[in-house]
Amino acid sequence: MRLQYPTNVRIIRTPCTGRLEIEYFMKAFENGADGVLVAGCLEGGCHFIDGNFLAKRRVNYVREILSECGLEGERLRMVNMSAAMARPFAEIVSDMVETIRRLGPSPLKRSGILTEQESPT
Amino acid sequence: MIVAERKSIPELMEMLKDHRRVLVLGCGTCVTVCLAGGEREVSIIASALRIASRIGGSSLAVEELTIERQCDNVFIEDASESIENNDVVLSLACGAGVQAIAERFPRKPVYAGLNTSFIGILEERGVWTEKCAACGDCVLHEYGGICPITRCAKRMLNGPCGGSREDRCEVRPDRQCAWQLIYQRLREIGELDRLRQIKPVRDWRSSLSGGSRVIIREDHRI
Repeated sequence: MRLQYPTNVRIIRTPCTGRLEIEYFMKAFENGADGVLVAGCLEGGCHFIDGNFLAKRRVNYVREILSECGLEGERLRMVNMSAAMARPFAEIVSDMVETIRRLGPSPLKRSGILTEQESPT
Repeated sequence: MIVAERKSIPELMEMLKDHRRVLVLGCGTCVTVCLAGGEREVSIIASALRIASRIGGSSLAVEELTIERQCDNVFIEDASESIENNDVVLSLACGAGVQAIAERFPRKPVYAGLNTSFIGILEERGVWTEKCAACGDCVLHEYGGICPITRCAKRMLNGPCGGSREDRCEVRPDRQCAWQLIYQRLREIGELDRLRQIKPVRDWRSSLSGGSRVIIREDHRI
């Protein structure tokens, strides 16, 4: 397919989105992540029955807390897609990156982290 | 168990605005079970405070610690070093835990991070309901194990009030009428005759109306 999606995305694999705890999202933002996109399986397609639904509720809760903290809720988004949906994946990632660009970098970003990632020694 | 829920982050930030170093102190008992003030909630609230303070331009240093029980001196000891090292303690315990910490550390500000709500049970995942008002003179045996003081909006001891619709309370239609439940339960256990007994006016002195209560067990005192 040779699909392109933005390169400034770091993929973190999890066994199931149901494994994602609220603390993980909080830590990501605390450590300066500009945005977090959670890609869970299609609704009804969870191998563990309801992992993606659990994740959806947690994501909604974290968005609430982030808003209370003064960070835009749009920085965290959850989508549902199967492993065979490469084209929608690329489109959604691009859209998420656009959203984050519009919001600007995270106010929590520590200078140095990005530079370190971009120019590994 | 005691059920509580967290205060909002802006409310906590307002409390902590004059402080630089805060200890978020969790409690490993009731509030851990009701997902309000255990180790995980300490981590979440501490992260939220760090995020909010950095966005707000302040630099709040947040330490995290959870002890087994904040209402017990034996366990409070485990937190003494961390408490001494910080300007203020944000306790994620129930009101009893917050006050136990405050009494133990008289020169340290101790704030409540939770709103202590009620004594209740986990009804289903994510839903807690109130079951006991701690009135100090339990009458559950007379009402089939369903508390009219806690669960009837009008606290009627010679109910029902006559205002319920179907089995719904007229004060809060999203709740079942406690007296409907009492009637069904007494019928099921063959004790409907209990409803024929008229209960006299209740003596509320055992409740909170006379100020805070104390229980003394001489056989356990040293």
